[in-house]
Amino acid sequence: MHIMEGFLPHPWWELWFAITIPIVVYGVYRLSKVTKKLPEAKPLLALMGAFIFVLSALKLPSVTGSSSHPTGAGLAAVVVGPGITSVLSMIVLVFQALLLAHGGLTTLGANTFSMGIVGPIVAYAIWIACKKARVPTSIGIFLAAALGDLFTYVTTSVQLALVFPTTRGFFDAFLTFGGIFAITQIPLAIGEGLLAVVLFDFLAKYKGQLLSTMKVIKLPVPVSTQKEAKKQ
Amino acid sequence: MNTKHYIIIIIIVITIFALPLIIFPAAEYGGADSAAEEAISGQGYKPWFSPIWTPPSGEIETLLFALQAAIGALIIGYFVGYEKGKRAKKEIKET
Repeated sequence: MHIMEGFLPHPWWELWFAITIPIVVYGVYRLSKVTKKLPEAKPLLALMGAFIFVLSALKLPSVTGSSSHPTGAGLAAVVVGPGITSVLSMIVLVFQALLLAHGGLTTLGANTFSMGIVGPIVAYAIWIACKKARVPTSIGIFLAAALGDLFTYVTTSVQLALVFPTTRGFFDAFLTFGGIFAITQIPLAIGEGLLAVVLFDFLAKYKGQLLSTMKVIKLPVPVSTQKEAKKQ
Repeated sequence: MNTKHYIIIIIIVITIFALPLIIFPAAEYGGADSAAEEAISGQGYKPWFSPIWTPPSGEIETLLFALQAAIGALIIGYFVGYEKGKRAKKEIKET
């Protein structure tokens, strides 16, 4: 999903920064609010950042004969919200732009938009919808993480097709870039979804109380016993 | 889910990632990012800005990618071990 340095001409790169910056600023505000109000959530923030760090460093082979990497941002969006996830994603993208010549500073806005904003918002929306529909937690997490990952790459394809339409237009270019990015991403997205399920299951077991305070999951048993205790 | 389920899921994940190498051993497995770069350059586009610093060799680039993964894995491992240890200690106290 990394658009390489210098591959977005004026005015496109400025446009993506203009869209991305307010959302990242909101993310920084959310981050300071959460760390102040709920200091015990700090290790969870570090964990989600770490998950993004690992997954976005792993370039994996895919059935299309090329390789790509997952993002890890979908799980973070479910646990700490899309706002904070945009900040975590941007940190990783800056690291990769400066030290790995992977992505770039001029394309940072566009890359943060696909990886740190669209993917996480899709993941978060799917997670909320699954929760409302009472879909089992693991299936909800799988769908959120996998589709969040996939939509990041769909977004990159749209971003590139807007700037570089072929002679047959935007849609033709979208199919070209989609073929490069999105199809390659399908097996990786499935893998990311499964890894997210494992980590989330562990979190629910060991940090259930905290996740319930953060309104990620509901813990039916302890809450009802608390109420009964109050009544008595 | 218990540890056994975790292990099964992780084996499935490894299989998904390893399968392409077995089915298409002759493929190049170049990065999708570079493939897009080539598709754009094929249209005659010249990037207007180049990275301020590029790793001097493929080895150094691999080093930095490995470092990125290691930092993340370290934090995840620390967190999981810390929580498991805390739970185990609590259970010993309760019994």
